Amino acid sequence: MADSTELIIERERGSTIVSDISSSHDEAAFEVAEDVLLRAEKVNVYYGDFRAVKDVSLDVRQHEILALIGPSGCGKSTVLRCYNRMNDLIKDARVTGTISYRGVNLYDEEVDPVEVRRRIGMVFQKPNPFPKSIFDNVAYGPRVAGQKKGLSEIVEISLRKAALWDEVKDRLNSSALGLSGGQQQRLCIARAVAIDPDVLLMDEPCSALDPIATARIEELMQTIKKDYTILIVTHNMQQAARISDTTAFFTSDVETRNDTRTGILVEVGPTENIFSNPSDERTENYVTGRFG
Amino acid sequence: MTDASTGLQAITASHLQISPLRRLREMVVRHTLLVAVLVSVMVSALILWSLLSEAWDFIVHVVWSDTWGQLGWFPRRGIYDIPTILIPTFIVTLIAMIVAGPLGLGAAIYLSEYAGSRVRSWIKPILEILAGIPSVVLGFFALTWIAPNLVARIGKNVFLIIGLAILAAYVVVAARIATTQLKKLKSRATDREFTVDTGMENTTWITLTASLVVLTAVLAMGVVWFIDVWVDFIPASAGSLAAAGIGVGILTIPLVASVSEDAMAAVPNSLREASAGLGAEKMTTATNVIVPAALSGIVAAFIVATSRAIGETMVVFLAGGAADASEFTISPFDGGLTMTAAMASLASGTDNVVGEGLTFQSLYFVGLVLFLITLGLNLVAARFVARLREAY
Repeated sequence: MADSTELIIERERGSTIVSDISSSHDEAAFEVAEDVLLRAEKVNVYYGDFRAVKDVSLDVRQHEILALIGPSGCGKSTVLRCYNRMNDLIKDARVTGTISYRGVNLYDEEVDPVEVRRRIGMVFQKPNPFPKSIFDNVAYGPRVAGQKKGLSEIVEISLRKAALWDEVKDRLNSSALGLSGGQQQRLCIARAVAIDPDVLLMDEPCSALDPIATARIEELMQTIKKDYTILIVTHNMQQAARISDTTAFFTSDVETRNDTRTGILVEVGPTENIFSNPSDERTENYVTGRFG
Repeated sequence: MTDASTGLQAITASHLQISPLRRLREMVVRHTLLVAVLVSVMVSALILWSLLSEAWDFIVHVVWSDTWGQLGWFPRRGIYDIPTILIPTFIVTLIAMIVAGPLGLGAAIYLSEYAGSRVRSWIKPILEILAGIPSVVLGFFALTWIAPNLVARIGKNVFLIIGLAILAAYVVVAARIATTQLKKLKSRATDREFTVDTGMENTTWITLTASLVVLTAVLAMGVVWFIDVWVDFIPASAGSLAAAGIGVGILTIPLVASVSEDAMAAVPNSLREASAGLGAEKMTTATNVIVPAALSGIVAAFIVATSRAIGETMVVFLAGGAADASEFTISPFDGGLTMTAAMASLASGTDNVVGEGLTFQSLYFVGLVLFLITLGLNLVAARFVARLREAY
């Protein structure tokens, strides 16, 4: 691990003093972080012949919230979906490069995507509860993993973690489709949490929600981050600034010859740096609102 | 011409009037279409009227005690034993659905959840070809191939086993649906004091399993008894209700498959992703998420197919193994008359429908009963389809 130093971010966790900004700009000062949970190396994603994402290398440390930001079409959702092999569901999608999770390459031939997804959970952009009862929605993951006992406890704990328990405890057997949008999204978070994943991937989880529901979910992320590592794609820069420890900025590289857009990772660093003193001009333009 | 005050070009009302020619054209088109609608409505009404009036004659004049428990259906001799044609209709429909249900649903699940676009692009046309086979061809196939090669050769033991297995599967599925509904009802009643208690869940599970075992056993014994007592084996190459049922089943597979597949394809992809994201395998996603979400559409497919099977005429006429009269039977391995076959055989032939008294009217009476059954089924199916549309 020690030899691959590119784009490894040295960060003082828990300390807000990233005051010495100039030093963090010195790539030479980077060291290998000990607690890297997920490491993407030279990840490319193709849809058929079209390259959607080019050479993304990115490390995620345990118990941090990593925000993926960037303009539409920059491939940040595509990158996120690589971490639990969700792109496998898309016909013609192909991923090259490696993503290692605790040292194991998730794209190794012997790796079963089903097992990956039991450890790396996902919350989607639009709330997508099953047309089943609230209870059955949350119990779905444990059930498909073969668990039969103790489901009620899991459901209660998960709903409590998602700050939904008090609102639904009296109607666990009514349809999940009867909940409001914000409640449905918290239900989806509870459902993802119920399988007790190691990592939680969130693909614009608040884009369909009003500010109050959004605030609740952000609050929720802060409380559950001690148990999970969270990767979140967001269009909302304030949100990224509020909740994340690290921010990765993506943009799309326009190939003028044939007018194709390929997503690239511009830079990644502590959230304060990205927003206050980004090293790349494109990042600065984006976070200051001059572009995108 | 400009309006001095505004500088805009002034217009008069005549500028905005419809031209008389266009008005005429609109009117002609409108009325022609109206006539088209009225003609089809009137034709339907007239058919219904003739059906009703002739059937009414039969209803009024037939001796009702003679329509039950007679030797059989001999309309030319004035013997109208209704069970003789009713029971074979149900037997043929049941066999058809036992064939078409699992095969059609399986095909639908495969096409919607497993097949790649390339595989789908050549399997779907084949299914459509199957749907386009004229039923007279299938009836002939049922008579000349299914009857001697499948029904007569394979014999009743295999049918017994397959039938039992499928029956058991149906019972299990039905019981599962029933218990979940029951549980829902129960919890709705005690909504307030819903307690999370696994012990209760276990006991209901045990009762469910026990009742299932008993139910399946009773059904199995019933079928064994039925086959033992009632089924006589038929000479090879003769038609039978079983052969006709299998033929009708083949005919309805594409219907079940395509309507169910449409229903499953309508389930949003986000649910597939949600299920996969929680670590579910493809089969689990299909059976636990996609099929339940598409259930109303699938039920509608089954009902429409049942209605089609009841109304199917040519296959049962050719392969059912009876001419225009039949003795009472409840064995699928005998020849028999379904309602449609009874009508077709009576109305076909070179002679006019002759016989004692009400022979001609009996035809309309059977037609009316058939019409009411299929109408009822289609209404039920329409309600299920409406529910499907509401879901998302």
